[in-house]
Amino acid sequence: MITAASATIAAESGESFHAPGPSIFDLPGIAGSEVTKPMVQLLLAAILVFGFFYLASRKRALVPGKLQFAGEGAYGFVRNGVGRDIIGSHDFQKFVPYLVTIFFFILVNNLFATIPFIQFPTFSRAGMAYALAGLSWVIYNAVGIAKHGPIGYLKLQSVPSGVSPVMYPLLVPLEFFSNILVRPVTLALRLFCNMFAGHILLVLFATGGFHLILEYGGIGYVAGPLALVLAVVVSFLEILIQFLQAYVFVLLNAMYIQGALADEH
Amino acid sequence: MEGSANMIGYGLAAIGPGIGIGLIFAAYINGVARQPEAQSRLQSIAILGFALAEALAIIGIALAFVL
Repeated sequence: MITAASATIAAESGESFHAPGPSIFDLPGIAGSEVTKPMVQLLLAAILVFGFFYLASRKRALVPGKLQFAGEGAYGFVRNGVGRDIIGSHDFQKFVPYLVTIFFFILVNNLFATIPFIQFPTFSRAGMAYALAGLSWVIYNAVGIAKHGPIGYLKLQSVPSGVSPVMYPLLVPLEFFSNILVRPVTLALRLFCNMFAGHILLVLFATGGFHLILEYGGIGYVAGPLALVLAVVVSFLEILIQFLQAYVFVLLNAMYIQGALADEH
Repeated sequence: MEGSANMIGYGLAAIGPGIGIGLIFAAYINGVARQPEAQSRLQSIAILGFALAEALAIIGIALAFVL
């Protein structure tokens, strides 16, 4: 039901309060065109990430300046913390550019939710997250097929080792289902729903707080400011979640690549 | 006050993943307290477990809005 979140509270005075629902994400196109705000944000995030790493790596001095130091720190975090630790020191090098790019692209897009005047998380539109998950699905499957061949890769992903063959009829479809079909879905849904739920929660606290102060009267003068304070607290929680989701996305990507490269399941 | 039972159902459904995430991080903290040098290895495992448990809550919120 689309009216799931459109609960209304009848006020003592003034008009009733409509809780924010999924409809707040339906932004109109900019200046009557088909281009919407999240699309512009995607482009802006790509430019920001490219610009930062371009400027940071332009001079490449032996003794790094401030910007180069920041760039090296950011790159090194994903390279060592995710790439080398998860994929393993043998063949992580060629995946580092992809992991770094996707981490900072998601991070900047998520941080747009708290930056004033933008205040819209790009990945709260599901289509954007589907595209990213689709890309990573293609990459980890291609890596696995290139290493093991199509048959070997399917066997690796769907036949668990160390299990007696009696269990195969039960486990093989299940493993295939979870490793090939469900992975991209959960990858996309996790990012999308975290951003979606966080944004809706913030909008609820902010608009609800103002409604309580301006329209409700009575106890609203106590509860309204409390709701606005909670909106600030939830904003900080959201910043944490924005970092965490970018990290989880890239960590799972690295794990799937590692699983595709592994010699046995 | 009117609303939808979906949201109450989702609130109930979030209890399970909540308990699961609590158990995962309790085990992680225990592990690090007993063996601090294992932190970097345990961290990625803990985050993976957290992500898997969280996926259930995420599926719940998606269904709460869709159904």
